[in-house]
Amino acid sequence: MDATVITFETAGLARGTRVTIALGVIALGFGVWSFLLGPTEIPARALFAGLFDGHGAAGIVAQQIRFPRAVLALLIGAALGGSGAALQGLFCNPLAEPGVTGVTSSAGLGAVVALYFGAAAVHPFALPAMAVAGALACAAVLYLLSRSGAGMVALILAGVAIASFATALTALALSFSPNPYAMSEIVLWMMGSIKDRTLSDVAYAFPLIAAGIALLLSTARGLDALSLGEDAARSLGINLAGVRGRVVLGVALATGAATAAAGAVSFVGLVVPHLLRPFYGHQPARIILPSALGGAALVTVADVGLRLIAPDGQLLLGVVTALLGAPFFLWLIVKMRRQS
Amino acid sequence: MNAVVLDQVSVRFGARKALDGVSATLSAGCVTGIVGPNGAGKTTLLRAALGLQPLAGGSIRILDRSLPAWSRADLAKAAAYLPQGGEARWPMLAHDVVLLGRLPHRGLLGAPDVRDRSAAADALARCDAGEFAARRMDELSAGERARVLFARALATGAAILFADEPAAFLDPAHQLRLMELMREEARRGSAVAVTLHDLSLAARHCDEILVLHEGALTACGVPADALSDATLARVFQVARTDGLGALRRL
Repeated sequence: MDATVITFETAGLARGTRVTIALGVIALGFGVWSFLLGPTEIPARALFAGLFDGHGAAGIVAQQIRFPRAVLALLIGAALGGSGAALQGLFCNPLAEPGVTGVTSSAGLGAVVALYFGAAAVHPFALPAMAVAGALACAAVLYLLSRSGAGMVALILAGVAIASFATALTALALSFSPNPYAMSEIVLWMMGSIKDRTLSDVAYAFPLIAAGIALLLSTARGLDALSLGEDAARSLGINLAGVRGRVVLGVALATGAATAAAGAVSFVGLVVPHLLRPFYGHQPARIILPSALGGAALVTVADVGLRLIAPDGQLLLGVVTALLGAPFFLWLIVKMRRQS
Repeated sequence: MNAVVLDQVSVRFGARKALDGVSATLSAGCVTGIVGPNGAGKTTLLRAALGLQPLAGGSIRILDRSLPAWSRADLAKAAAYLPQGGEARWPMLAHDVVLLGRLPHRGLLGAPDVRDRSAAADALARCDAGEFAARRMDELSAGERARVLFARALATGAAILFADEPAAFLDPAHQLRLMELMREEARRGSAVAVTLHDLSLAARHCDEILVLHEGALTACGVPADALSDATLARVFQVARTDGLGALRRL
């Protein structure tokens, strides 16, 4: 009896580990491909050399254009995938993702305010700072609600309310926008893109997203225990307010930075955890890291794909993920209805 | 030994008194049945005793230490709790669900070790659920899931075991097996408290019975005393019929 259980369990773990490694390899492989891909024909060796020494045209292209784009795709995907997995675990709801909690919309609002008041033109870090501040403000409201003992439903409804509020304020900023240039900036922002990003985007995105994902990973035990319900989780020694706080803060940092760098890239946090869950025995704790890797792989694959299809840059990343993600979202709802 | 001592415990939900000055003692090595009509405060009593419910008054001692002095992590090792109608919200494998009962014993980053795995396998086997170990929770029937969830609480190996309506979805044979398991835990030295709606099951298998009625403890003691005809009539509006321990409505 014992022996069969243990053998079975080891086999399950091994499969999960294999999938995790495969996701990492895919993410890295497409990251390298993304780095090598672009309108300027430069040999791979020159690009890699340029990345490290920065000499000549190859150095500029490698350091200023290709590297930021490739790294940002990986970072943003990891932030959104990891955030989605943690939020779904927290809410015990496979439909939860950064968008549902209002974090993306609030980060977008922060960015739009920065653009609208011209702060983005004054200092390059004003835009990400405002986006993260927006995400944190939303996260703080969610955190206070969770501290006052509001349940999962209340938290999700609060997220919906915040998302609507942020979207309304964003629309307000749009209609008051003084010049058509700010308007087009905002519109482009809302579509989500990692075109023409620089190393300074990587400079803030990397530490914020790394810190966010580390926070999310630290909640693994709590999320597993929460699958038995709130009372059972507390009786298993879990500090629920702490788990909620860390998830909300981690999501705010990761998603805020990702939105600052790329605008609204939707549905990654929804699709990736859902696809990966069966490989990890549906355990919330075990899918956070794989979802981060899977998100990095998905966004990088999508970015490479849209550049292969439309090299002139007509396709925006956020548009592509929404085109693929929204039907998936509907299919998921239909499937859940059929099951229940 | 007194494992759990409740002293004048009161709980309020708004204006309503869910528990009104309840004093009771749960002893180690004893199976205590908590019975009462719907809304009598059975679940609130268990939740309050584990610090899951803020008190409006009174105090609680667990293993000779006052409840506020316990850290959540230490209390989780000492007391296992099976909530009412518990579910696993994700379609996890039964074995993984039972392993969650070992969370209090695992380090911060700890993967389950051999002891955790054998405790989980043992608990599953004792609940007659070993054959489900590798199956997903959503593929099991409600009764089978209930057995897996009870195994989860057993796997903790705590000195105190609280189970809220664990018999709800079980067939008669497994209800008896459940009561046997609680007896085994009590023999091991645990204090076991269980809420039950089946009064004959409670009378036959519990050492002590607490009868709750509208938030107050109206009777307690050995089953023959606590579940007297007068109490049955007053609290439950039922009476014993002749033979088979069956009840009829009054």
